[in-house]
Amino acid sequence: MAEGAARVTEAITAGPGLALCAYLTAGYPDPAAFREILPALAAAADVVEIGVPFTDPMADGLTIQRASQVALDYGVTLGSILTLLAETPLDAPVLLMGYYNPFLAYGLERLAESMTETGTTGLIVPDLPLEESGDLFHTLETRGLALVRLVAPTTPPARMRVLAESSRGFVYAVNATGTTGKAADFDEATLDYLDRVSSVSPIPVLAGFGIRDRSQVATLSGHVDGVVVGSALIEEIDRGGDPAAFIAGLRPEAAGQ
Amino acid sequence: MMSDSGRFGPYGGRYVPETLVAALDRLEASWGELSKDPTFRARLRAEQTSYVGRPTPLTPAPRLGEIWGARVYLKREDLCHTGAHKINNAIGQALVAVAMGARRIVAETGAGQHGVAAAAAAARVGLPCTVYMGVVDVNRQRANVERMHLLGAEVVPVDKGEGTLRASIDEALRDWVTDPEGTYYLLGSVVGPHPYPTLVAELQTVIGVEARSQIITATGGLPDAVVACVGGGSNAIGIFRGFLDDPDVSLVGVEAGGDGVIHGATLNAGRVGVLHGAMTPLLQDQQGQVLETHSIAPGLDYPGVGPEHAMLRDRGRARYVTVDDPTALAALRECAVAEGVIPALESAHAFAGARRWVEDHVGATVVVCVSGRGDKDLDIIREWSGG
Ligand SMILES: Cc1ncc(COP(=O)(O)O)c(C=O)c1O
Repeated sequence: MAEGAARVTEAITAGPGLALCAYLTAGYPDPAAFREILPALAAAADVVEIGVPFTDPMADGLTIQRASQVALDYGVTLGSILTLLAETPLDAPVLLMGYYNPFLAYGLERLAESMTETGTTGLIVPDLPLEESGDLFHTLETRGLALVRLVAPTTPPARMRVLAESSRGFVYAVNATGTTGKAADFDEATLDYLDRVSSVSPIPVLAGFGIRDRSQVATLSGHVDGVVVGSALIEEIDRGGDPAAFIAGLRPEAAGQ
Repeated sequence: MMSDSGRFGPYGGRYVPETLVAALDRLEASWGELSKDPTFRARLRAEQTSYVGRPTPLTPAPRLGEIWGARVYLKREDLCHTGAHKINNAIGQALVAVAMGARRIVAETGAGQHGVAAAAAAARVGLPCTVYMGVVDVNRQRANVERMHLLGAEVVPVDKGEGTLRASIDEALRDWVTDPEGTYYLLGSVVGPHPYPTLVAELQTVIGVEARSQIITATGGLPDAVVACVGGGSNAIGIFRGFLDDPDVSLVGVEAGGDGVIHGATLNAGRVGVLHGAMTPLLQDQQGQVLETHSIAPGLDYPGVGPEHAMLRDRGRARYVTVDDPTALAALRECAVAEGVIPALESAHAFAGARRWVEDHVGATVVVCVSGRGDKDLDIIREWSGG
């Protein structure tokens, strides 16, 4: 099996259309249901991001804040997530997404070891900008694990290039300023920004924050290599919907079915 | 004192979403220029004297001194306009916001003192202001909410987390990340991502500079100790910085001991972690989740602390002690009756800490930083007094 970062890139580029990356907070809506949802989600999506809950999720909107709190109330920890991943073979590569402090508390070396043992491919850490990421990047890089960089509409051009070149697995392009969840508006300026990210990035680019439906995904075709869907998936679960079907339904090919 | 990356030893730094990095770079560059610009400095000095009311007096406290067995002086930040040291920082940053072309100001607040100061400073420079405040604090510092309203600010109650200072910072950051170019985040203490711990400290250093020259004038020499309360740590850094190069002056910071079980004593009980953009001692569990805090003083009810304090602690330059809720309240009452000064509950922690320090240093000269006045605390005091 290829190393973690390479597996993510392969999974994104393997299919014909835009890749779909499903984000779900660990232990949501409850730990038993999560355990059932996860394999189905990994079958429907190309990549899965598991959210590690944190008490102070400053980059998240209401939906993920609430999911994070639910997970904490159920006692979900980074350790329990890694245990679950060790026990659960999944079709899609899995990344962990979470704030830096729980990773730091677990221990970066120990985390990288556990990730290797459980086949977890990488990390996305929204409050760890380039300048502070040396230790974690190095720890992951030596094991072939991905540290996925985020770029934002406010990122200056020279910095965008540096971020894209040091990103592994894919580049996470944050669609708009703001927190997760707010519906994104793919106006010309946003598409132009995403084009700029794609033009400087040597690896695939996924657009995230505020992606909710198939028409948005269709709009992004030709601009990025895939999308991340998080808050909308959680809200679908809250409505009693089937999360895997929701993800599958986002593919443009699904339109005619 | 601080390296280019905004580190105080291993502490500090900038742990923020990518969306905010450019805004923090801009703030750092702007402050670097403005703080050296003679026109800006003159404008700031004029506001400090004609609006804030600086210099604040250093008041001898002979009756308190008699009870404690020491020579006691009070640095009277409670006499600043709006009632606390917070305005030193708020007016300075409001001027920075204007210079940077901001369209609006957002701020967090715990005790409401920073919220009031930010609202006043925003009004003074003609910018709209939104203040995030935890619901628990909205309820226990009502008068300050009303003052913010009168000053034209929008007060947004935050019902997340514990509804205290930490949740209000989370929410202010979420606001700022939505519009990092047009919005200026006026952070109220020496916490948060670089450059805030430096920027706020530089704006508060006026406390220590004044206090040092005032105590020399009053006593002909330096004090034996300088004592201040530590929430995020801005009034303490402000006064400590005036005495850092005087090795014979003991610097004592006083943290919230709370009810003895739940507290805000970060430098005494915290473990290094990352919260609100900085690496700093943090009250957290084994999993890295941030712990609940408690203090009778809303401004000390916070699980993190300014990175510079952590460095001063590690170097042994400053010592940090704790004072619990009832002891702080008793110190407030003692000062009120002895000197005719009602300190804020936050500042009362400094009085109690100073009193204890003096027990081992009878006859010493001590400067206590009265970070704010207690008018805002009447509801809490009444509740504690069972009335
Ligand atoms: C009167 C007063 N003192 C102290 C503090 C604590 O803040 P810092 O530690 O930044 O001085 C506050 C905060 O609200 C306050 O209102």
